[in-house]
Amino acid sequence: MNAAAPSLEAHALAKSFGALAVIQNVELSLAAGERRALIGPNGAGKTTLINLLAGRLRPDAGTIRMGGIDITPFAEAERARSGLGRTFQINSLFRNLTVFENVYLAVAEQVGAARHMLRPALAEEEPVARTAALLRELGIAAHARSVVQQLPYGHQRLVEIAIALALKPKVLLLDEPAAGVPTGESGVILELIAALPKDIAVLLIDHDMDVVFRFAERITVLAQGMILAEGPPDEIARDARVREVYLGKRKHG
Amino acid sequence: MSALEHFSAPPRSLLARLLYGVRPWEALPWLAAIVAFFLFPGYVPIFGQILIMTLFALSLDIVVGYCGIVTLGHAAYYGTGAYTAGLLAVHGWSEPISNAAFAMAMAALVGFVTGAVILRAHGFITVMLTLAVTVTLYEVANHTGRWTGGDDGLRGIDMAPVLGRFEFDIYGDTAFFYALAALFLSFVVVRLLVNSPFGWSLKGIRENIGRMHAIGCPVYRRLLQAYTIAAALAGLAGALQAQTTQYVALRALSFDLSGDVLVMLIIGGIGRLYGAFIGVPVYILAQDRLASEDPANWYFWMGILLIVIVLFARGGMLALAARLWDRRRSDA
Amino acid sequence: MGDWSVLISIGLLGVAYGMVLYLISVGLSITMGLMGFVNLAHGVFAMAGGYVTVTLMNKYGVPFFAALAGAFVVAAVLGLVLERTLYARLYGTSDFDQVLFSIGLIFVSIAVVRHFWGPLTQPMRVPAYLKGVIPVLGRDFPSYRLFLIGFSIATIAVLWVTLEHSRFGAMIRAAVDNRRMAQSLGVNTSRLFAQTFALGSGLAGLGGGLGADILVIAPGYPIQYILYFMIVVILGGLGTIRGPFLAALLLGIADTACRYFWPEAGAVFIFILVFVILYFRPQGLLHRGRA
Repeated sequence: MNAAAPSLEAHALAKSFGALAVIQNVELSLAAGERRALIGPNGAGKTTLINLLAGRLRPDAGTIRMGGIDITPFAEAERARSGLGRTFQINSLFRNLTVFENVYLAVAEQVGAARHMLRPALAEEEPVARTAALLRELGIAAHARSVVQQLPYGHQRLVEIAIALALKPKVLLLDEPAAGVPTGESGVILELIAALPKDIAVLLIDHDMDVVFRFAERITVLAQGMILAEGPPDEIARDARVREVYLGKRKHG
Repeated sequence: MSALEHFSAPPRSLLARLLYGVRPWEALPWLAAIVAFFLFPGYVPIFGQILIMTLFALSLDIVVGYCGIVTLGHAAYYGTGAYTAGLLAVHGWSEPISNAAFAMAMAALVGFVTGAVILRAHGFITVMLTLAVTVTLYEVANHTGRWTGGDDGLRGIDMAPVLGRFEFDIYGDTAFFYALAALFLSFVVVRLLVNSPFGWSLKGIRENIGRMHAIGCPVYRRLLQAYTIAAALAGLAGALQAQTTQYVALRALSFDLSGDVLVMLIIGGIGRLYGAFIGVPVYILAQDRLASEDPANWYFWMGILLIVIVLFARGGMLALAARLWDRRRSDA
Repeated sequence: MGDWSVLISIGLLGVAYGMVLYLISVGLSITMGLMGFVNLAHGVFAMAGGYVTVTLMNKYGVPFFAALAGAFVVAAVLGLVLERTLYARLYGTSDFDQVLFSIGLIFVSIAVVRHFWGPLTQPMRVPAYLKGVIPVLGRDFPSYRLFLIGFSIATIAVLWVTLEHSRFGAMIRAAVDNRRMAQSLGVNTSRLFAQTFALGSGLAGLGGGLGADILVIAPGYPIQYILYFMIVVILGGLGTIRGPFLAALLLGIADTACRYFWPEAGAVFIFILVFVILYFRPQGLLHRGRA
């Protein structure tokens, strides 16, 4: 991997569903360790863009590069293995498995232990240790043996993030990480995001402008599938077009 | 913090790993088998059948219960194993263990090739492909009667004594312990598999295949590996059948058999490792008692049972037992 | 010169066969596209129609067309009853549950049929006025097959016109495309499902009766032919009515040709072909790219 190259780049990215052009000619460049926020009104195409970057959707046109390497032909799993982690706006967890198992699955893949067929999963020292450490870091160690489905939503969201972090990503795409979490519990998640290692480039989608402005070094504004503006937070805050697109709203509930 | 203590003492020695998580009651099925051998000598041939079918159903559980793939064609691999073992024996290769090993390899090969195609599809197309595999193989066997005996089946299978000492006879004693040993070894392997990181990833694939892709799991490859293993074990069951009954019927490759073994597994419960151990004896013993006069009657009630299970008793007997157990614990 | 007439013969026989396959399978295509239900037991309704036709004609001397009408009605009613009582409870459940249920239904139907009619094939007695041969391009062609083609075309034409131009047809198309949207527009999907299922089953029964000498009426019917019906649906595309027509014709002709030129292979070649096709296009041949 080229250390000087941007962590994640998208060039001339486009995607249509039938006659509807959802993403048009999007350019994006994330430097190593950058904190970028992606904002835009509902329906702007933010989640679609994340899906294109993560490999869940194939673009109609354009290329995506990670650390200088062209990952456009890579399938979703290959991109994950190359260091691209993502979370989902609506939790995508292994609902009937325990918290430990949820995170272990990701760690095992990353470490290469998932292929092992004849050793008990819990006898694999490295994945077990890393999973335990990750659970402790995120403060959900006490729930390790609880089935995810039975946890309060805020904790499920933490598991969601833990799974992405388990991949030791170089690039992390967070799709509204605090969405649906009661305000009392969302603080934990936001602190977690603020404390993410500095060598990971993070692209965050969120509607809460306080969070966005505190977190982001740069903000990209997406509207109707196109990049409307991009720049440091204060520039974006002053941008009249951005204000117009948001109709003056500063914070979503 | 105490929740994590559970994970802080991983087993290190080989024996510790083999016995990891094994609970005392798990010795029961094996003890029961041996006790049954001595208590009901007249039933020993049927017990032998039960053991072989349990192996077959166990292999099916890997595909259905652990990979989450609906298959109506698992008999294809059973039949491949049976015919391979039979044909080898007819042409002179009658040492049972190596014969069975080769039959397993054949079944694994067929499983790999067909699985490669079947696993590329999703939903009901997968079901159709599994059905197409077994129907195709059935037709091939049917039309190559010169070798397979066609409709009449393959006869003249004469096996040498197991390990040079234990002859197959009409009492079925050797067959019983031979099948028991094969089932035991296979079960140990399957149990290890299910509790391994590989087995856990299969659980993950069954639970949320999308997320498995997102964490970098090579889903197709994983499933194909599991499918091939399942095919190999099914082939072993088929080989055992050919060796112990000295006969291979065309039915070994049929949809009927695929359906039967699926029902056996469903009765016991899928994805719980022991479903086969419960469903198979129940099915076979019930069939022995109830189906002798009128096979049509049997299929009628089997069909009703399936419909009832789907509508009201998902998860089979093991799930029912689990629910009752949970209720007792919460009442206590 | 002789070779050409063989090919034409195969073509015509294949088309007749394909028409029967279509009549039986179109209902399956619509209900699978509409309800998303993996109905492996669809052959049961075709079989029911076959048994009704043959029994009415052979045992009760009912005239041919009346017997066919009876087949349609009985199969449709059977479909309606089963849909309301059993199938409807399983919409939205996993593929696995649906497959299991279908197998259960197949087992029950085979047992019932074997109990009342025995295990042997039911002979189809073609009415006298449809018997015989008509020379077509130098070869004698069974009149019944020609009749099959004509009758099927007429039935299919009526079906297509009805579905294209009626509200019923429009509702089906809407619900196949987007069920939730259709519901919010006031389409009573529950009733629509029942009616569609009944229609599809009735058509299957009609096809079963018409094609009783091609797809022979015996207890193993639902298992023996389900692959053919599914192939038509998969290749033609779920939820459509034209795609399966082309697929059925192709399958009918290909199968007839295979059996003629390579009789020992039986159905093997067709299945291998389907396998190959599905390897390269797991969504089907004419499918239009919806996952």
